[in-house]
Amino acid sequence: MALAARHLEASGIPTVVLGCARDIVEHCGVARFVFSDFPLGNPTGKPWDVPMQRAIVGLGLELLESARAPVTVTTPYRWGPDESWKVKCFTKERPFLNVDGTEKWLRRKEAYRGLKSEGRV
Amino acid sequence: MDHVRYIDKTREYYAGEGYARPYRWAHFDDIPFTRLTRPLAGCRVGLVTSSEMAVLGEPGPWDDEADAARDVYALPTATPTGKLYTKKEAFDRYETTLDDVESYLPITRLREHANQGRIRDVAPRFQVVHSQYSQRKTMTVDAPEVLRQMQEDGVDVAVLTAV
Repeated sequence: MALAARHLEASGIPTVVLGCARDIVEHCGVARFVFSDFPLGNPTGKPWDVPMQRAIVGLGLELLESARAPVTVTTPYRWGPDESWKVKCFTKERPFLNVDGTEKWLRRKEAYRGLKSEGRV
Repeated sequence: MDHVRYIDKTREYYAGEGYARPYRWAHFDDIPFTRLTRPLAGCRVGLVTSSEMAVLGEPGPWDDEADAARDVYALPTATPTGKLYTKKEAFDRYETTLDDVESYLPITRLREHANQGRIRDVAPRFQVVHSQYSQRKTMTVDAPEVLRQMQEDGVDVAVLTAV
């Protein structure tokens, strides 16, 4: 997503990225980033929390107007009082993909390599 | 507690799974920046997501395993969000859900901002970009296709949601 944002930005379209993986987006580098310190999945607010979603999208719009240089803004929300998810994610206790998902990912990866070796991608 | 370091965590996690070579996350020294020089209230907003959306009753990108290229596709923003869904698996399924589309694809929220005059309107279609194995493909095929569609739709600014 950050790569797409960079391409649009370089082509004259101002962009704002909304996301929850701060280190990955900032490692890549984007013009405007609205970071929510949430588990991966809900970059525009908690499910069914309309006021929060409206505010986070509003922050993105504000940033489109106000930014004069690359910038990250952190939203003022917390996922909850229990932040143990930050420790548990990407561990054996909580593998990111389940077994089926991992197998599907690996099959697709192989298929992509096949296309690449044939010069089709 | 500080934010999660996913780059470090994934490196450790996949090393523990036996993958010897760590993924090299995209990194650049420069950051392209385009300043908005016109009033936001006159802007058409484009929307891009990695949330792999589909319309209820129709197959989604996860159904076609033969589609290894996983190209960019677009759906109309006029689709009621209640008719959109995803089966994307790459998110924190232990902590949250993707049941509320507006929590990662804010079509209705953007439209509310348009109704209040904050933006002119929302582009007629949104784009789905897959998380690719190949950064090269994202940069040379997918991103240019998103740009092409946005230029065709007269998009002035873009909101991108990384799920």
